[in-house]
Amino acid sequence: MPGLVERVDAYGETTLVVDPARLAEACTHLRDEGRFNFLSDITAVDYLGWGGREVAGYYGTAAGRDLGSQSAQGFARTPAPKPARFAVNYHLLQIPGGEVVRVQVWVDDGQSVPSVIEIWPTADWHEREAYDMMGIPFDGHPNLRRILMEDDWEGHPLRKDYPIGGEPVRFSGAE
Amino acid sequence: MAVTERRTIYEGTRIPAPVPTSLHVPAGLADSEDILQVNFGPNHPSTHGVLRLVVDLSGERVVGLRAVIGYLHTGFEKNMEQKTWWKAITYPERIDYVSFQNNELVFVLAIEKLLGIEVPPKATWMRMLLCELNRIHSHLVFLATSALELGAISMFWYGMRERDQVLDLSELVTGMRMHTRYFQAGGLAEDVPRGFDAECRKFVEWMPKAIDEYEAMLTRNEIWLERTRGIGLLSADDAIALGQSGPVLRASGVDWDNRRDQPYLAYPNVDFRVPVYHGGDVYDRYRVRMDEMRESVRIIEQCLDAMPEGPWIADDRKVVLPPRHELHTSMESLIHHFKIVTEGYRVPEGEVYVTIESPRGELGCYVVSDGGPKPWRVKFRAPSFVALEATATCMTDSMIADMIAIVGSLDSVMGEVDR
Repeated sequence: MPGLVERVDAYGETTLVVDPARLAEACTHLRDEGRFNFLSDITAVDYLGWGGREVAGYYGTAAGRDLGSQSAQGFARTPAPKPARFAVNYHLLQIPGGEVVRVQVWVDDGQSVPSVIEIWPTADWHEREAYDMMGIPFDGHPNLRRILMEDDWEGHPLRKDYPIGGEPVRFSGAE
Repeated sequence: MAVTERRTIYEGTRIPAPVPTSLHVPAGLADSEDILQVNFGPNHPSTHGVLRLVVDLSGERVVGLRAVIGYLHTGFEKNMEQKTWWKAITYPERIDYVSFQNNELVFVLAIEKLLGIEVPPKATWMRMLLCELNRIHSHLVFLATSALELGAISMFWYGMRERDQVLDLSELVTGMRMHTRYFQAGGLAEDVPRGFDAECRKFVEWMPKAIDEYEAMLTRNEIWLERTRGIGLLSADDAIALGQSGPVLRASGVDWDNRRDQPYLAYPNVDFRVPVYHGGDVYDRYRVRMDEMRESVRIIEQCLDAMPEGPWIADDRKVVLPPRHELHTSMESLIHHFKIVTEGYRVPEGEVYVTIESPRGELGCYVVSDGGPKPWRVKFRAPSFVALEATATCMTDSMIADMIAIVGSLDSVMGEVDR
């Protein structure tokens, strides 16, 4: 597959990590050769601060709980580091066929991702949402405007550095 | 499973270019003084919430269309990142407030997939039963409101009458009529109450008769046929390209249902039919939903027959609250209770994407955990959001009056569109 960086299998799901510059090429290949004709979803994730918080806990099921692992004994460990700040995930499906795959690209703040709107027209609003919520620009999108927030909104609300309750409140009388 | 018996709904594709989700006024008409731009919504009774459509009209014909959404955006996904996994379960059901039970299920399934926790059979079957009840509830709301918008006001009262019965059952089981928070990671919040079986069987017996009544009123009704047949066309290829799912996809002739083709819960163990129609119009979307209600009743009956005895939630003290009576006698239980309620349980690091068949189509939930007590990221693949993307394609060459029927047939819930 063109542009494939890594293939990860976890939780019974397949993730194909793809070089962002060759995303459109890879997606065209998946649609035409892999018959992934249905784009289910596009999700952007902000990993700012990932691993900054140490975590510990009991994992696994009651029957097969991994009590020998470090974290199970209350020792903190940090989650595995990520290659860049933002991940954009494309969830693809075959109809018929039923195969499911996740295509993942990693980008830093301000770095753009090629639009897949030519490959799956449904990407239109998904990409606008990712742009609106996370501020990821999509190259080649014909109408990349905010979709859920107002047109003149400042900032991208789902970013980790955007505080909850961070919207400006206008008080009456205070000019 | 394949696209069966292809019938041409229209030649080629009707998806507008370059923007697939909005119709542009043709170049020859753009400067004409006859073009009237109208704001339809955001507050209009037939938009099922706050959808705004900017429509360019040439006489009564729609020549341009653009959907504006976001009026109901409340930042559910952002809020869920601030809550423990345990508390975040209350959010999904408020996203799509009509199919609340299915939304709750998809999030709980995602948590369980990360936890690797095993759910007792009783909980699985009860979840399936409640989700099918919820599917009937959702389709009834669709039927009642869309028929009302096309002038059939009596249909609204009949639909709401049966909807109330579903909500009564919901109240009996969970104590709440809507937004039940009855599904927990690991099973159900409480045992199925005594007397539920009998009440639910009464409903199962009554509901097919009620559906017969609806069909007698609409299916061969001349006005209904005139208003819905051949309106809002969407071909199978366009539906797939636009990511349509659920009844909209099946009305375009694509035989695809996540319950059968990507099974979850105990769907492989029940017998049900997936209705598929080939007209790709408003009428066929209506017929798919009517047939689905009948199938849901059949599934509910099979769930009642097969309902296993036993525990309703997994016995895993690190995730599931201990039984109430133990808190008075066991120090260990008290500590577990306190830790789960205050700090929350921890979910292993990883990312999963779970999809189910909600009444509106493929409902997906993408969840990322860093191993801590709160989700790192939660994203819902909202079928309503995607359904609205097809508005422009369905509205090609149609009249303003048909817009009500078409938007109604896509069955979008604005809470889910805007999240």
